[in-house]
Amino acid sequence: MSTARAASEPMIRLDQLTKHYPGQEAPAVDGIDLAVPQGEIVILVGPSGCGKTTTLEMINRLIEPSSGRIFLEGEDVTHVNPDHLRRRMGYVIQQIGLFPHQTIAQNIATVPRMLGWDDKRVNDRVEELLHLVGLDPARYRDRYPKEMSGGQRQRVGVARAMAADPPVMLMDEPFGATDPITRERLQNEFLRIQEDIRKTIVFVTHDIDEAIKMGDRIVILAEGSRIAQYDTPEAILTNPASEFVEQFLGSGILLKRLNLSRVEDVHVATSEWMTIGPDSTAEHARQLLQQSGRTHLLLLDDQRRPARWIAEIDLDRQGGFPAELSEAGTRVQACVDSRATLNDALQEMLLNANGVAAVVDRDGAYAGTLDLETIIAAIREMRAKALDEASSTAARGVT
Amino acid sequence: MTAVAVGGLDSRVVGRERSLLRRLRYVGVPAVVAIACAAMYLYVQSQELDNIESRIINARVIRTAAFEQIEIALWATALTLVVAVPLGIALTRPWARRVTPIIIALANIGQGVPAIGLLFFIYIVLIRNGSTAAILGMAIYAVLPVLRGTMVGLQQVDRGVVKAARGMGMSKRSVLFRVEMPLAVPILLTGVRTALVLTVATAVLAAFIGGGTFGELIIGGQAQGRPLAVAVGSLGAATLAILADWIGGIAEDLLRPKGL
Repeated sequence: MSTARAASEPMIRLDQLTKHYPGQEAPAVDGIDLAVPQGEIVILVGPSGCGKTTTLEMINRLIEPSSGRIFLEGEDVTHVNPDHLRRRMGYVIQQIGLFPHQTIAQNIATVPRMLGWDDKRVNDRVEELLHLVGLDPARYRDRYPKEMSGGQRQRVGVARAMAADPPVMLMDEPFGATDPITRERLQNEFLRIQEDIRKTIVFVTHDIDEAIKMGDRIVILAEGSRIAQYDTPEAILTNPASEFVEQFLGSGILLKRLNLSRVEDVHVATSEWMTIGPDSTAEHARQLLQQSGRTHLLLLDDQRRPARWIAEIDLDRQGGFPAELSEAGTRVQACVDSRATLNDALQEMLLNANGVAAVVDRDGAYAGTLDLETIIAAIREMRAKALDEASSTAARGVT
Repeated sequence: MTAVAVGGLDSRVVGRERSLLRRLRYVGVPAVVAIACAAMYLYVQSQELDNIESRIINARVIRTAAFEQIEIALWATALTLVVAVPLGIALTRPWARRVTPIIIALANIGQGVPAIGLLFFIYIVLIRNGSTAAILGMAIYAVLPVLRGTMVGLQQVDRGVVKAARGMGMSKRSVLFRVEMPLAVPILLTGVRTALVLTVATAVLAAFIGGGTFGELIIGGQAQGRPLAVAVGSLGAATLAILADWIGGIAEDLLRPKGL
């Protein structure tokens, strides 16, 4: 894999790929050229009817192209056996399409079985994948799809697509049918998984916010799958290539940019607020609070997860009984993962009275705090950078 | 999560009720049939049978009639399955889209024709053997429900499931046999059950062309003015039809894939 060819050759390359349905005036996909670099998530996004799904389905040849060529790892796969080609590409669709008459384990084992893996290898892989997508194998492997929730089924769908460890995954609105909360969770989980597996992913969505959040690169498609812009989310938001792109991005570009930065990218204050453990006494808490000169301090539970904000008045009311420290103050409501986007964090903060969000790490343990000032500073910085880039491109334009 | 848990509980409760009903049906249907037959037996025993009656109503005649009827019905159903299931599969493939309505129309005509007319036609024009002609006639008659069961069963399979299967690299053939057919089984079986009951019930008509069956008791009894023989023949035919339905129901329960 580390040969020079692999480094220079994109994982997937489309060359003048066209789909012309008989009896239709205009081609559904009109000669698209696209290179998808290895290990990246490339999002195809565009208004409905722009041909994004047709383009995706031509990559694994569920739809046979009328003309043009498809390259996978440098190999021309336009005319190879489509069944064999598809076993090299994971495929996830909005309807998920789990086999209702098969257990979760059997569903995940579909492609490995076709590839002739032995039982032990298949079982180990199923176990590994269920862990990866956060489902306890002992509990779920022998269930049937109808016994799972929508979010769980979608996790299984992703696990099934990854079963034979294909280098490429094609995803067609994979999280489109789930409610907003589940969708956000699935997106975050998937990004976490992708950080480890580094698959080459082509991902179709109609939701520009999802595209900005999930994509390493975004392809904005106009009718006939004509590429209006193909660039990183930052570049697209900073310099929309045309009026069409601008319209498609919609209003609130600045807010959308908040989707690009994650909490871990900005300054998370670690000593702004004092913290105490669950074993501390009220007396100790009061001392700390007076030392810090702040209005509140943060109580962590035995797993270092943020539990409660405690003010001095709460301690008085407790009358100094240490055992009841865990009941004092107010429950921590705004709590964001360090991988959440600034947009998510901002929303959490607006819900919280004192405008501060507790930041937690992967395991839910306390990592610091984030306040509105930090986010506003981040926005300011982004805007300055954007203006900078815009003026430098303009300058390049004149020369 | 709560919604799921509640949903699971609901379906479990419904499942329990359904399995209770099912068990009742498993035992109840044969029990009722047995009681009816026993009552008829006792009644016949209590009667003084005349010469003609005792020639029609005796164990040997009844046994033969039952076997003939079962034989015709089973062969007819088997023939129907062999023809209608592959035909149903073929007609749901995209390449058959043009001929599908024509075949369906033909099958509709097959069932629209009066059964008795169909039987006489086959007997007189094609096959001069009563039971064979009856088998062919019954089979033609029963093609439609099986054909329709197969087609509807296949058509109602979630397109997303088929698309996912194809997208994972399953061949068309393995998608058909490992995904579409298993998922079509419940509806297909309903069609088969209908066909089975239909053939068992209409097999009495074979008596008109010398194919035997309980129809002989009915026709003979009618011709010679012996209502008791008609009653015995009718009860025999009804018993077989009800039991065929009962067995069909059990088969549906047993063969339905888990997880549906």
